[in-house]
Amino acid sequence: MNVDLASRLAPATTVAASAPLLAVEDLAIRYVSGGTARRVVDGVSFSVAPGEVLALLGESGSGKTTTAQAVLGLLPPNGAIERGAIRLDGTDIAGWPERKLAALRGARISLIPQDPTTSLNPVRTIGAQIAEILEIHGERDRTRIRARVLELLTRVGLEPAEMRARQYPHQLSGGMRQRVLIAIAVALRPGLIVADEPTSALDVTVQRRILDLLDELRREDGTAVLLVTHDLGVAADRADRVVVLRQGQVQEAGPVRQVLAAPRSEYARQLLADAPSLATPRARPPVPATAGIMLKVDGLLQAYPVAGERGRMFHAADDVSFEVRAGTTHALVGESGSGKTTTARCIAGFLRPTAGRVEVGGTDVAQLSGEALRQFRRKVQLVFQNPFASLDPRQTVGAIVEEPLWNFAPVAKAERERLVRGMIERVGLPDAVLTRPPAALSGGQRQRVAIARALVLRPRVVVLDEAVSALDVTVQARILELLAELQRELGLTYVFVSHDLAVVRLIADTVSVMRSGRVVESGPVEQVFHSPADEYTRDLIAAIPGGAGETRKTAQ
Amino acid sequence: MSRHLAQRLGQALLVLLAAFTVAFVLLQALPGDAVLIKFLGSEMGLTAEQIAELRIAYGADAPVWQQYLHTLGNFLSGDFGTSIRAGVPVASLLAENLPATLLLAALAFGTASLLAVALAVLSQLGFAWARAFARSMPSFFVAVPVFWLGIMLIQVFSFQLGLVSVIAPEPWEELILPVLTLAVPISAPLAQVLIRNMDQVFGEPFVAVARAKGATHAWVLWRHVARNALPPTLTMAGVLFGELLGGAVVTETVFGLAGLGGMTQQAVANQDVAVLQAIVVLSAAAFVTISLAVDLLLPLFDPRLANRPAGAA
Repeated sequence: MNVDLASRLAPATTVAASAPLLAVEDLAIRYVSGGTARRVVDGVSFSVAPGEVLALLGESGSGKTTTAQAVLGLLPPNGAIERGAIRLDGTDIAGWPERKLAALRGARISLIPQDPTTSLNPVRTIGAQIAEILEIHGERDRTRIRARVLELLTRVGLEPAEMRARQYPHQLSGGMRQRVLIAIAVALRPGLIVADEPTSALDVTVQRRILDLLDELRREDGTAVLLVTHDLGVAADRADRVVVLRQGQVQEAGPVRQVLAAPRSEYARQLLADAPSLATPRARPPVPATAGIMLKVDGLLQAYPVAGERGRMFHAADDVSFEVRAGTTHALVGESGSGKTTTARCIAGFLRPTAGRVEVGGTDVAQLSGEALRQFRRKVQLVFQNPFASLDPRQTVGAIVEEPLWNFAPVAKAERERLVRGMIERVGLPDAVLTRPPAALSGGQRQRVAIARALVLRPRVVVLDEAVSALDVTVQARILELLAELQRELGLTYVFVSHDLAVVRLIADTVSVMRSGRVVESGPVEQVFHSPADEYTRDLIAAIPGGAGETRKTAQ
Repeated sequence: MSRHLAQRLGQALLVLLAAFTVAFVLLQALPGDAVLIKFLGSEMGLTAEQIAELRIAYGADAPVWQQYLHTLGNFLSGDFGTSIRAGVPVASLLAENLPATLLLAALAFGTASLLAVALAVLSQLGFAWARAFARSMPSFFVAVPVFWLGIMLIQVFSFQLGLVSVIAPEPWEELILPVLTLAVPISAPLAQVLIRNMDQVFGEPFVAVARAKGATHAWVLWRHVARNALPPTLTMAGVLFGELLGGAVVTETVFGLAGLGGMTQQAVANQDVAVLQAIVVLSAAAFVTISLAVDLLLPLFDPRLANRPAGAA
């Protein structure tokens, strides 16, 4: 059914376009840990034609990364292939010994890893790390290696190549490091590149440029790509065909457009409905004009001295101003280093601004200190990004939610219990979790606990710092629904910090787009999305994956 | 870089001064002094007046702060005073004993490093049983007391097997057992740190990338893991080398070797303040020099520790 697509995309030189480059047949993989075996991939089959891009789409625990590792022959030591075949050009490599696989890796199948910041050796130069793949596969001639390294660096847009070759990874940005890793992956012109969430750790605008680069290089070389991703938008934009995985099993497979337009499986339909980048924003209730200003940030400045340069100051937040009406959501959007988290921390009273005012319900937070500041924390609560790190692993869920109550006016034991129980129920968790440690809960459940902990004091303002960014889309959608519901019922005011414009569009009423510490654009969400006034905002919106060209064209 | 170096040198000098001062105060606080111990109640039958005169001659009667400044001045000009017990300058005592101890310490440190590296490599590259063996060794080594190990080594190698003679040994023979005795407990934490760091580095994503390039396990170990695992081990080695000097004292005593160990022991027994003061300052100097050397070496292994070079993007 895909011969058509594949032959269209494959370069003319591959005559046998119908013969798959990679064929995974009935693959089953299990992990053994602590004496118990768990099957994480169960009967997965798919094929990749030469020059084709196949997306393995799934949430955490779907087995997509394990499948990709098996294709590379790089399963962790406790993982084993139970049955099935992995055919590369017709040869089953599933049972190959390590030495034979090593000769294959890099030369015929290569990898673009997930997190460029940790995927390069910190103590070796960029040049040495690109040269290494040539050396491993038998190149001995120093001058030829050097020439090829410089050529590759130029090809991935890292110039001047001589200077880049001498630099160390920590001297390059995340996007530049991913370019280095792409240079390594294409160095020996392999037939297949396994790209494991290649841009998940990058800012959206960088993400788009990296994916464009990868697209361009693979087209030139006629390389096939196995794109492992959790992001439906990325799959929609970049893949020819998609395989949807869930709990180790294929839910649906087919050409991307077909799966997106008419998903046949229940799960794919769910994914589509929940993906923020594809969802049409639900109309949020109009903001009543009578609602007062709950939060007012005025001329906020947060400056730090620059290390090693006397007298120079770095402005993490520079003249930031906005107002938020009670009961509404204001989003702070920007890429890393934009100052959005700094601003959020000033609002929560964790950072004292160098200058400017932050008024919450009429009180200037910047003037508070000591006991007054402590009492103020009642009114503003925080929910953080990582629900795995923000909960004390040694406390039970009940104790975690109860703890804030101890810190303010004494509450009787019976009353405390009632409040905690009510809150846990309110965030949609069963009573039984009260006595469990956070480790027994899933990521989404933990984030519900974090929300319950924030709300148990009945705050007026909740600062949500990338609060749904670490969650799977289906979980993310449920948490966003919960947040909207709680806002309606409790009249909460949200400050929603996020790098993800698609999510912001679903939950926020107003938005401030930040860049390098400054607000570049601010206004009602729909207005900012439909007629962005600033160049950078347009860039950001265009970079949202899943637009598949349509938003991009209008933006350009 | 030079500014950083100047800063570190300044810190090192401060540490030395502090060590000198603390040692001086503690030694002054000892009841009695060396003059009294040597002459009082000895068979020389000196009167109290004569002893008082001797005290003036040795400068033992001056106010403490004056003695402090005086001694400090002398140390700065390279004069470590005179041993009251032996009646010779401390400097010549040191010249006599230091080389032997330094040789012992250096050999022991070299052996310990070799042992640690061997265990670490074995723990990553050997057969499964060899790996398990290499991993269990450090905790065994660290549990062995130095003096017991020394005595056991003599028992087995000298008395039972007769491989190393204890009576009238060759200079190299004399050192084998003490070096082993010192090296074994030092190698344990070194090996432990090295193995733990290697394990950790093996789990890093860049190792997965190296393997995806087609690198073999051994290639990854030598080209990627070793250099990343080294810096923390180096820091540890610096601390251990200082500890080694302390260990040398015990070892020299057990094996009856001449060196700083015997010298220290005697000086303590006789409250030979000048000698003790010199030994304390010397040990501090050794510590400070080594940690300075480690600090300067680290950036060579890890470019992130070097002062940010220009051209960072």
